[in-house]
Amino acid sequence: MADESKDIYYVQGIPVPETPLPGKEPAAWKQTNVVGKRLPRVDAYERVSGAAIYPSDVHLPNMLYGAVLRCPHPHARVRGVDAIAASRMPGVRALISAATPEADLIWKKDAAGETRLFDPHCRFEGEAVAAVAAETPYQARDALAAIRVAYEVLPFVADERKALQPGSPAVHSKGNLAKTDSYERGDVAKGFAEADVVLEETYRTECELHTPLEPHGCVANWEGRSLTIWESSQGVYAIQSKVAEVLTLPLARVRVVGPYMGGGFGSKLEAGKYTVIAALLAGQSARPVKLLLTREETYLAVGNRPPGNMTLKAGVKRDGTLTALEFTCLATGGAYPAGGTALVDWLIRDLYTCPNVRTTCTDVFTHAGPARPFRAPGHPQGAWALEQMMDALAEAIGMDPVELRLKNVPLVSQAREGRPAYTSTGFKECLEQGAAAFGWEKARRETGANAAKGHIRRGVGMAGGLWVVGGGRPPSTVIVKLFADGSVNLNMGASDLGTGTKTVMAMVVAEELGIKPEAIVVENADTGTTQYATPSGGSKTVPTEAPATRNAAVQVKQKLLEMAAEALKTDLAELSYEGREIVSRRDASQRIAVKDLDALKRQGVVVGVGTRGPNPKDKVVNPFAAQFCEVEVNTKTGELKILRFVAAHDSGRVMNRLTYDSQVFGGITMGIGLALTEARVLDAGQTGKMVNRNWHDYKLPTALDVPADMISVPVEPGDTEANNTGAKGLGEPVTIPTAAAIANAVYHATGLRITRTPMHPLQLVKRLAASRKEG
Amino acid sequence: MPKKTLHIESDGVTRRNFLTSMGAGAVGVAASEDLFAAGREAAGPQVMPVGQTFKISLRINGRTHVILAEARWTLLHCLREVIGLTGAKPGCERGECGACTVLIDGVPRYACLTLAVEAQGCEVTTLEGLMDGEALGPVQTAFVETDAFQCGYCTPGQIMSVEGLLRANPRPSAEEIRRGVSGNLCRCGAYKHIFEAVRRAAELKAGK
Repeated sequence: MADESKDIYYVQGIPVPETPLPGKEPAAWKQTNVVGKRLPRVDAYERVSGAAIYPSDVHLPNMLYGAVLRCPHPHARVRGVDAIAASRMPGVRALISAATPEADLIWKKDAAGETRLFDPHCRFEGEAVAAVAAETPYQARDALAAIRVAYEVLPFVADERKALQPGSPAVHSKGNLAKTDSYERGDVAKGFAEADVVLEETYRTECELHTPLEPHGCVANWEGRSLTIWESSQGVYAIQSKVAEVLTLPLARVRVVGPYMGGGFGSKLEAGKYTVIAALLAGQSARPVKLLLTREETYLAVGNRPPGNMTLKAGVKRDGTLTALEFTCLATGGAYPAGGTALVDWLIRDLYTCPNVRTTCTDVFTHAGPARPFRAPGHPQGAWALEQMMDALAEAIGMDPVELRLKNVPLVSQAREGRPAYTSTGFKECLEQGAAAFGWEKARRETGANAAKGHIRRGVGMAGGLWVVGGGRPPSTVIVKLFADGSVNLNMGASDLGTGTKTVMAMVVAEELGIKPEAIVVENADTGTTQYATPSGGSKTVPTEAPATRNAAVQVKQKLLEMAAEALKTDLAELSYEGREIVSRRDASQRIAVKDLDALKRQGVVVGVGTRGPNPKDKVVNPFAAQFCEVEVNTKTGELKILRFVAAHDSGRVMNRLTYDSQVFGGITMGIGLALTEARVLDAGQTGKMVNRNWHDYKLPTALDVPADMISVPVEPGDTEANNTGAKGLGEPVTIPTAAAIANAVYHATGLRITRTPMHPLQLVKRLAASRKEG
Repeated sequence: MPKKTLHIESDGVTRRNFLTSMGAGAVGVAASEDLFAAGREAAGPQVMPVGQTFKISLRINGRTHVILAEARWTLLHCLREVIGLTGAKPGCERGECGACTVLIDGVPRYACLTLAVEAQGCEVTTLEGLMDGEALGPVQTAFVETDAFQCGYCTPGQIMSVEGLLRANPRPSAEEIRRGVSGNLCRCGAYKHIFEAVRRAAELKAGK
């Protein structure tokens, strides 16, 4: 028997999952002792003490500060750059511009053509024109101010609704149509003919900006011919490949590091020009360069959720059967191909059972900052239309909105080839359990325009949703190292965006090895030292990395069992890994503590390598959602207060209930932003410039805008097919139904159907006044 | 705690002898009535020469730091890039997000809107100053327990605002909590858990 007091890393007296024989897959967990519990983050101490080093905190000896000069016009041609005065200013150590050779580096080749690093043709306000590095950030800004650029200002189109009009200024030589996507199943004309009620409505969602709290940026440093970049990023390997491509460097000479990052929401999935610019400035000056974008730059140049202009026509029978859906969308990804309409129609195609569906999406170019994926691309926009339409259809046929949705829950993905089944769908349970937790029927009876007296009106609303992916996929490699003292190192390439990835992975290892989670040290997001991973996005990180992590931990157990079989001179198959010890199933007196294994002492460490296996064939892994809310509207002032939210989510197995709830509430909060406060405003008529490029003018939800009464209701369908952990994605589905649920509650409270975001008091009070006149 | 105004004169150093102590070479016109009169005679606002640094003294987390700073440098810049205390974060550098919140004489302030020279003579407390050696302070502990953050970037500012709130009001109501943290943006949307963290921190501070 080993001295138990020294086994500080092992949890005593709890069973660990059975170890599969080598070559066999681990079975689905039946019960879990760590996974699913409420566990504070493994890196919580670092994040609240200031010990966590975010890229913006990196400080290297002799470091310079970079800054980027950006085009102030939505459309212009750079005719000349005079940077002589700037280059001679105090503290300036490097300067690159259209007039220096770096300008001609190829930044991107896509359907619209080829773009250079400092492209003389600036197609959006905020395009990079020049950059400097100086001893202080103040001197860098001074130098920018001294650079003189001769712009030929060109006509622009900033409003996507005008982009295809004859005579509209062309963003690219081939015109302003980026692409048209269409989808059709069944016969919508026949479907509408069969309907008892047909409704049609137009909707618009405004353009949203990500604005994570940590601005985009990096620190770049050359050592010889090798480049190291500390980048605030969702995927270090994605940054590495882009930087290597643009600078024509071998991947092996580009190391990107970013274990902590201050939020991305999709806007930090890809590299920005600033990363390459920082590397070039560092090269020119032979000094490290820190280049953080200003807040204003993050509004202009690093992505957005495109605005959506949508029409939806829907037919339903009196019994609630959907007969046809016809949807169009016009949107813009800005000045370059960036998925302006990507996935906007997905919910219309796939959320509800409907035999006849037609969608047409038109993506156009405008002279505005290119889009980047923004938390559940397309889905909140589509939900804004579809889920308000479902609400209106339910009313038109005199049916409860929850019941109408329950009538149309599909078990297969109708929009995919061959109508594959879902590995699991908890949509029905989300609707039922969410409604029960909310007290839906009672609340609906007791609130609403009809029940109201006076000018304070209450209403309830709900909406559903699914997320098109969220099942994760290969590739991913994770390494688990168990050292001779029993402590464990978990090595993975994936970024933790604050979603709790590192904690979830530590819990998976703890579950398998019977080790305390705090004994597990996580190294992540470093192309130099951790394994390849795709960027953390698409709600795929946990369902991608957790199965690989589990496989790595299982391999550690298998190797320890091999060592024990050798030590005990017994057959591997009869040994059981039980955490601190390995025990013979045949003869319980035959046992050996892991730390007493000679082979482990000899080699110092056991390395388990886990990879992400393939997804199930011919099946779809999607998360599902239903959210319910209650609002209060002051019909005199248009002020809207959200009183409470209930969010029922099927994201498969709950991996950590504490961080799970944080994500749910965070998604709702972001959805409240889309619904109530957020809208990019371009001066489309006169200058084409963005007029609200800061947090004062572009409003994020604050502590005063979200309800304290939010309840998370996890629905766990027990998915044994999705992957070996049963987890599905969570980060994106949590923000999909939110805005539509609020709009439906506003309708219930006031009788007003608000089809345009944001529902700020200005819009509401106008609509309320107009409705009083009509009334 | 009563709200104090920021002041330049303190520690017995007046503007005049501060400049005198800097020497004529450093400032240009040493014996001036006006700190910002370097090299200019005209009345009205004066401009300090860019790139000119002065010795200033900052009291941070109970320690005095004497650094060279330009008059235009913010407290945030000096904390992070000169002194190396990176707890306070830059989010907007224009007083909108609160990620840079520190306590100045016990009151939450945006370090990005405070010039370093203004903070002379004040007691500045940053996130690092809430630690008890290696151990977390009560507000930090409450944030961990309630998972009152996601990416953690706004968190230092949130924690400082809560610290300031609880120093002024040890038992805040739900509405006072909301108001107390409403100057700190959180894009991850951790507000609900932040509300819980404030209640928990109040308990911890009260020894519960």
